[in-house]
Amino acid sequence: MVDSGIEMATRTSSLFGLHGGSSAVRLEAAPAAERISLRVHAENVSALSGALGVDLPVKPKTSASANGRTALWLGPDEWLVIGEGGYDIGNSLMQAAANSGALHSATDVSHRNVAILVSGPGAAAAINAGCPQDLSLKAFPVGACSRTIFGKIEIVLLRTAEDAFRVEVWRSFSDYAFGLLAEGARDAAL
Amino acid sequence: MSGSSKNLGAFRIQGAGRLTPARTARFTFDGKSYTAMEGDSVASALLAHGVHLLGRSFKYHRPRGVLSAGPEEPNALLDVSRDASRRQPNVRATVQEVFDGAKIASQNRWPSLAFDIGSFNDLLSPFFAAGFYYKTFMWPRAAWHKLYEPFIRRAAGLGEAPKEEDADHYAGRYVHCDVLIAGAGIAGLTAALSAASTGASVVLVDEQPEVGGALHADAATTIDGQNGYDWAQATAAKLKAMPNVAVLNRTTVFGYYNHGFLGLVERVTDHVARPGKDLPRERLWQVRAKKVVLATGSIERHMVFANNDRPGIMLASAARTFLNHHGVAVGRRIGVYTAHDSAYEAAFDLKRAGVTIVAIVDSREKPGEAVLAEARSLGIDVLTGHAVTNTGGRRRINSMTVARNGNFDVRKMPVDALIVSAGWTPSVHLFSQSRGKLRFDEQNQRFLPDIYAQNCVSVGACNGTDDLADLIDEAIRAGSGSVAVSGENRFEWTGGMIGAAESAGPEHAVKAFVDFQHDVTAKDIRLAVREGMHSIEHIKRFTTNGMASDQGKLSNMHGLAIAAEMLGRPIPQVGLTTFRAPYTPVTYGTLVAHSRGDLFDPARKTPMHDLETAEGAEFEDVGNWKRAWYYPQRGEDMFAAVNRECKTVRDVAGVFNGSTLGKIEVVGPDAAKFLNLLYTNAWDTLKPGKARYGIMTREDGFVYDDGVVGRLAEDRFHVTTTTGGAPRVLHHMEDYLQTEFPDLRVWLTSTTEQWAVIAVQGPKAREIIQPFVEGVDISNEAFPHMSVAECQVMGVPSRLFRVSFTGELGYEINVPADYGPAVWKAIWERAKSMGACLYGTESMHVLRAEKGYIIVGQDTDGTVTPNDAGLDWAVSKKKMDFVGIRGLKRPDLVRDGRKQLVGLITKSPNIVLEEGGQIVADPNQPKPMKMLGHVTSAYWSENCGRSIALALVAGGRSRIGETLYVPLKDKTIAVEVTDMVFFDKEGGRIHG
Amino acid sequence: MLLIHCPYCEEDRSELEFRWAGEAHIARPENIAAISDEEFAEFFFLRNNEKGLTYERWRHIHGCGRFFNAARDTVSDRFLMTYKAGMPKQPIPVMEKAVAIAEEKTVETWEATEGDAR
Ligand SMILES: [Zn+2]
Repeated sequence: MVDSGIEMATRTSSLFGLHGGSSAVRLEAAPAAERISLRVHAENVSALSGALGVDLPVKPKTSASANGRTALWLGPDEWLVIGEGGYDIGNSLMQAAANSGALHSATDVSHRNVAILVSGPGAAAAINAGCPQDLSLKAFPVGACSRTIFGKIEIVLLRTAEDAFRVEVWRSFSDYAFGLLAEGARDAAL
Repeated sequence: MSGSSKNLGAFRIQGAGRLTPARTARFTFDGKSYTAMEGDSVASALLAHGVHLLGRSFKYHRPRGVLSAGPEEPNALLDVSRDASRRQPNVRATVQEVFDGAKIASQNRWPSLAFDIGSFNDLLSPFFAAGFYYKTFMWPRAAWHKLYEPFIRRAAGLGEAPKEEDADHYAGRYVHCDVLIAGAGIAGLTAALSAASTGASVVLVDEQPEVGGALHADAATTIDGQNGYDWAQATAAKLKAMPNVAVLNRTTVFGYYNHGFLGLVERVTDHVARPGKDLPRERLWQVRAKKVVLATGSIERHMVFANNDRPGIMLASAARTFLNHHGVAVGRRIGVYTAHDSAYEAAFDLKRAGVTIVAIVDSREKPGEAVLAEARSLGIDVLTGHAVTNTGGRRRINSMTVARNGNFDVRKMPVDALIVSAGWTPSVHLFSQSRGKLRFDEQNQRFLPDIYAQNCVSVGACNGTDDLADLIDEAIRAGSGSVAVSGENRFEWTGGMIGAAESAGPEHAVKAFVDFQHDVTAKDIRLAVREGMHSIEHIKRFTTNGMASDQGKLSNMHGLAIAAEMLGRPIPQVGLTTFRAPYTPVTYGTLVAHSRGDLFDPARKTPMHDLETAEGAEFEDVGNWKRAWYYPQRGEDMFAAVNRECKTVRDVAGVFNGSTLGKIEVVGPDAAKFLNLLYTNAWDTLKPGKARYGIMTREDGFVYDDGVVGRLAEDRFHVTTTTGGAPRVLHHMEDYLQTEFPDLRVWLTSTTEQWAVIAVQGPKAREIIQPFVEGVDISNEAFPHMSVAECQVMGVPSRLFRVSFTGELGYEINVPADYGPAVWKAIWERAKSMGACLYGTESMHVLRAEKGYIIVGQDTDGTVTPNDAGLDWAVSKKKMDFVGIRGLKRPDLVRDGRKQLVGLITKSPNIVLEEGGQIVADPNQPKPMKMLGHVTSAYWSENCGRSIALALVAGGRSRIGETLYVPLKDKTIAVEVTDMVFFDKEGGRIHG
Repeated sequence: MLLIHCPYCEEDRSELEFRWAGEAHIARPENIAAISDEEFAEFFFLRNNEKGLTYERWRHIHGCGRFFNAARDTVSDRFLMTYKAGMPKQPIPVMEKAVAIAEEKTVETWEATEGDAR
């Protein structure tokens, strides 16, 4: 019955088209992306780095980007790998990891997370409305990343520029995250 | 502009003060309109108009006025409102700045401030002595609710809590800094300059509208050759311009907690007439500081003597602030009663401003030489070795009675204000909160910081550093930088006393107030000691001294000294009560900050939420999730909707949103081995492409969670958990994996939100989903019950389970979450055309109960074993180990007579039992009855045409066929014990 | 609010990111199925709940996700050290111990305030 005229399913993101902020902070939904939760023991890090085309960082709170992919250190054997071009069916990251031939665990979390891009001179202050980490450039430089707390939810925070962050959040928490960021953005503009 | 159109008050002194007459604000007090200057506090504005009576006291309803000029104010607590939904009780008149349009009212009086019926309590005061609450209201108990409590509540109690929802919003922010400095007086500003010079990040915090601290009162001190107050403002401006410094005005450090963590409240709009709508009323700052500099200054104490609480009696430093900062004289004929030189400076300033100083009454024989000489040169009468033994006047002081110490010859002098000083108490509140230890400075009768518990340093008056040059040195050192600051003041102060003055007893029936807000007198404290209270902690609770909202900022030292004297013990032995956060009261709004309304708690919505809403779903909260509960059609109530849904599922099919189900991906070569350890079942025997119902027990053997686990590949499992259990199950699994079985090559990832789950259940389920599925043969033979496959649904890589929580032929389609809405829409369209329905969690509960499927957390409660729940078949007998294996063998878990899950049917089929109803064997036995168990689930089953229930019953499975009873308040329901399956007992439908 | 050093993140982080996870260094018996009721009670039910120096497990649950061990003074709330899961019980450095003891004398406890009053 596969030829019964069934159409291909279309996508609906939880944050589709959402944007907001204040005079000091811009908030917008990030485009769809591929993501894997990657787990690798130390001895296989280089094999996976090679397979993915991005060097998995081994220093806490750091990330690395190459070939349209960003690997975020989340824990001593855990990375969140984000790839551009998540509108394609399938997950090229899963495939690349599998090709490594080395022992690892990769799980597709492309749809589990959504991301909010926070930018502008008040970006750090807006995030500090709910995040207890020190977001000064000294403590949290460009490229720094961390799983942490934002108000009553958990996020993964990545600093993409001096005044820009990417906030990764589980999709059902995205309304809350956006709402609290909007409050933080309003307050950061005062 | 002519001054006549603006009556700024008869007590304004031309040329005095730092406010700008051109900028005024109108406000009302108890309905009467007044004009203030911008920068006035409510206290200074009212004093400018000669208004001294601002409230009634807590217990005796005695008239009270302004005592201080700062946050330590115990008396002048007012109700301040902007509009109906912005009203705040118990606002300190000395802290609240006047804004245009403010409506201010006195509290704790009825029917009016001038005539208050409660002042009757003053006459009955022997009845209200210390310990009165404990003693009087002890007996009879029954009188509490009817008599005592309503009486106390009406007569006592400060302001009235607002009833409307707060229309303001509040903000919050986390901040990190190298150095936080609390207090921006000379010491704090100097420390900030010093710290900032090192390049450190500095946050300087001050509770007042402007920096300067004690310089608000002072007009004589010069810093760097400049007027002290002007230097302070210039220094703040310089600091604000530095990129590494933040200066927060109107901000109180209210708490100093562990590891350099401090709570600050910034009052953003309370002083603004028409605040912009984006402005929060207050902002909570949660600061983590590497180092803290406490420059919190000191607080002047009052003198404890007879009738020391009349309006018009206030601290000398307050009178000096009102004069030098606000340009207001607090009277025209002012008396001074002091034990400390500082009050002299207030008298000098007032005298120079044209106020008559009736006399300086000094309890000491030898005041400081310098102030004495200055008093003489100004022609002020100084009575050394004298006391004020009483005061007169009803709503305001009109006389003071003066006598030589120890002498009975008294002189009565008319005054309209009396300014007092017993010396200064270092503000060690924050130091004490930081868990630092204090020492008693015997010579100066004060507690000072001694042993520090955190990276913190006290500077200036709060550290007992009185000399200005020393203070500046200390502050520069505290900031670790190098700056040059030099200061000069006119007088070195001496003197000070703590405890009761001449006329405060011991045996007179006088009211010499120690704690103004709680109406505690010197006599009360003596009484407490006589009644056997020997520790300051007990004396405090017995008298309530220091327990009001000002936390005894003025009263603690006096109370302590009076107690010590009575006990005949040195002060350090009697002890000091503990200072606790908050330093001054903090609004709930600030503590809540952003967590209101939609941000109070995250509302988790599934990808199909909007589609469910469009179909008319009612939702229920399951944890933070919003789950479709039932889908009422036109004219249907919940009962009718659920009956229709349950019937349709079994007759045709139903579509259900299962997305909230917890999902954990377990990946790695040791995945089966790991699951063997975490679940009671055996997983190595499960083939890829198959699924199995699993039970998870804790080490104690009790059921912790359950769910279907599908094996996708040798090294990859798709584990499901209960909706509410997902986070704790993952935490539990991680705990064992990381700390007990760290050598296993397996990893866990939460995938709950990766997948949207669409369940299709019922006889037509296969027919409904068939056209959408590619890549797997879903015929009954190829894809029987408990199968799993990776396939395409509408072209999207998906995971298809053949599972059932209804007992019907059923599938659960997992599609990547963004595709959920499109797939749901298409499937529902087709299902609808075939006569199927949407069903929600209520029908899901009924349908599973018809089949006797348990819900962990509803039919189990943390004391139920798999065997108790009738699930012994899911516990592997072959495994050598799993979490719970030993717990399950505990004697109590294997004994006979444990509560077991069984079915119950009511003798009258139409009666639906109450969940939680208790079950007994004999309903006529005397109370308390022997309870056999309780009803865990109870529903009307449209499919069975009767009510059904599940229950935990002692020895339940051996009672099948027995009649038991559920006694309720007004009736007793007879029930029959049955097995747990009420529908399709043979179980054929699931394999359809 | 506490500041806790995560031995995996190699950084001090806010207490908000962590979850307490009970007493440390209680290993699950290898032969758990065979132990006596008394041994099981000792392993699973009984805890020392010591005042002063305690060894605890914490999890950086909203950070790196790792469980780790901590030596903490329950009187002062001071963390004396943290170390990775699986490492043996670590001795407390002498310097830190002195601080902990000095603090124990200075901080407010029920015994030091209410207790004496009795
Ligand atoms: Zn960590």
